[in-house]
Amino acid sequence: MKMSKSGISSPRTPYLLLLPGIGFLFTFFIWPIANLAQTSTQTPVAGGDTGSYEQTLRWRNYIDAFVENKEQFGRSFLYASLATILALAIAYPLAYAIAFKAGKLKNVLLVLVVAPFFTSFLLRTIAWKQILGEQGFVVPTLRSLHIIAPSTTLTSSAFAVVAGMTYNFLPFMTLPLYASIDRIDPRTLEASGDLYANGFTTFRKVTFPLSLPGVVAGTLLTFIPAAGDYVNAAILGSPETKMIGNVIDSRFFKIVDYPTAAALSFTLMAAILVLVTVYIRKAGTEELV
Amino acid sequence: MADTSSIKGDLRLSNITKTYGDFTAVNDLSLTIPEGSFFALLGPSGCGKTTTLRMVAGLEEPTKGTISLGNTDITYTKPYQRPINTVFQNYALFPHLSIFENIAFGLRRRGIKDVKPQVEKALELVELSHLAGRKPTQLSGGQQQRIALARAIVNRPALLLLDEPLGALDLKLRRQMQIELKWIQKEVGLTFVHVTHDQEEAMTMADTIAVMNEGEIEQLGSPADLYDNPKTAFVANFLGQSNLIKGTISGNDGDNHIVDLFGQKISLAKNRSHAVDNSILAGIRPEKFRISRLETATSGNLLTGGKIEDVSYIGVSTQYQVLMPWGQELMVFEQNDDAVAPFSVGENVNISWESGFTFALRGDEDAEAGMEVEPEEIIDEDE
Repeated sequence: MKMSKSGISSPRTPYLLLLPGIGFLFTFFIWPIANLAQTSTQTPVAGGDTGSYEQTLRWRNYIDAFVENKEQFGRSFLYASLATILALAIAYPLAYAIAFKAGKLKNVLLVLVVAPFFTSFLLRTIAWKQILGEQGFVVPTLRSLHIIAPSTTLTSSAFAVVAGMTYNFLPFMTLPLYASIDRIDPRTLEASGDLYANGFTTFRKVTFPLSLPGVVAGTLLTFIPAAGDYVNAAILGSPETKMIGNVIDSRFFKIVDYPTAAALSFTLMAAILVLVTVYIRKAGTEELV
Repeated sequence: MADTSSIKGDLRLSNITKTYGDFTAVNDLSLTIPEGSFFALLGPSGCGKTTTLRMVAGLEEPTKGTISLGNTDITYTKPYQRPINTVFQNYALFPHLSIFENIAFGLRRRGIKDVKPQVEKALELVELSHLAGRKPTQLSGGQQQRIALARAIVNRPALLLLDEPLGALDLKLRRQMQIELKWIQKEVGLTFVHVTHDQEEAMTMADTIAVMNEGEIEQLGSPADLYDNPKTAFVANFLGQSNLIKGTISGNDGDNHIVDLFGQKISLAKNRSHAVDNSILAGIRPEKFRISRLETATSGNLLTGGKIEDVSYIGVSTQYQVLMPWGQELMVFEQNDDAVAPFSVGENVNISWESGFTFALRGDEDAEAGMEVEPEEIIDEDE
């Protein structure tokens, strides 16, 4: 009798342990989502104040919202894709070097990758405005090298937005890549060389396929938040570089058009979900271990 | 890919030295491995045998010296340009590829279009044809070992390197694989260079063994040569066990030396002595000794005044520790096959042996060299 009280757990224990998590998710995720869902089909109250809406189950809100903002949708996915590809191109060699070549510096370099998180996301993005501004060193250097015309500016451009996103999401790409490259047994690379594969073939046939879990995780962790991002476009962009996040932001807080904002949010979620599912299917069935 | 099939012949290492900072892993090593032989590099952890193998594979560059295969200098050739394949210590199979693709890897890299017949033949050789579609992680250690072997052999390299290939297997499987490897080597007729710390493994499989210690070759020869007539205390102790007794050459008798061991005279064939002066270590293997009760007649060399200190019965034989008058304990392995009643602790006995079994080492050698190493316990190799 004493044993069962002190040592053996009751069958209810797992549920009790899950309770705080479920409670949190319900309060801060499921409930708001349900709320958002029902907002998305509302219409303005006839003759009511700004911001008062009633439920009329108007599904056309979705079509209207999408048609009106399809340009921003397209731009969001384009910028997010560009930022993801650039981040992958920068992070892969970095993660590879940290995993295989850094030796004793490994931990120092990993801290450096994470170090930007010690500063606020907003501050870092504002700093990019300075870097790419007329007073920064980038623009004068590029002008003196004749890479850009004297009249060209870099701020308030698509370039600045994509650059900002690439920078901000770089650690999310680097860390999963590092984790998965670090797990590769260097002897499999030696074995590949031993079996007549030169450096490039070894990368193509062994290193890259073995790091694929990290590539998939890193690209998802970059692409998903990048597609919904609005801070970079707000600070580094212009009206011509508006992303869907900025539209949702202004519909909610400036125009107080809650139904359209809610419908846009759901459309964005659905689009990301479909893209990600297709992507994982494709990457997963081929070479993922 | 470059055509490497024309490079073949004996492997020749000339004055190879490899240093890492202050540490010399391999010291001025020269060695010729004849084409078609099964050659073992045997030694304790850290003796430089794995480094030597990695230099032959092209995974390390020697600090000094040259490596050639036949008439081709391959010292600085990239691993993928050498007609040499390796069976790695932990197999290093590609976890993302099927067994079939693992074995086909080398063939595909060399641009061979129809790999199927060769891969299937290699799978048949290691008797695992039914596993072609699996992934490496779905295989047992022994199966992975065979696949690693098949993946190397399928390329018909001029030289196959085996780096502690059986180290991760349990004893029974290891014994079975030793016999199989030997059979496969005969079957395919390739040159095998096998690195191991397990003296029994080396002796079972290899035609020629090089015993390595501290970056140098202590002795090279057939298993029987090394065992019956070791040149150094290290070889005498590392390859099996030896009783080494301090003595002095006190006279000659035809082809034999007369040796004084703490006042008792024994005889030693002159051609079995590696001593440089009169001071020697007389060596006798424990199973060559015979224990006799005091009144029994004996032939050959005789040492008197022994006392049984310890008896261990181990089935095929009984192992005795016999304390001699000069304070040294000698090891004696007696087969349990004669009518002599077993000896018991405290009994006073004599020890005798055929004089032809005696070997002699330099008297200034450390009689315990190579003994502190317990080969079976070393799992991780010199990295």
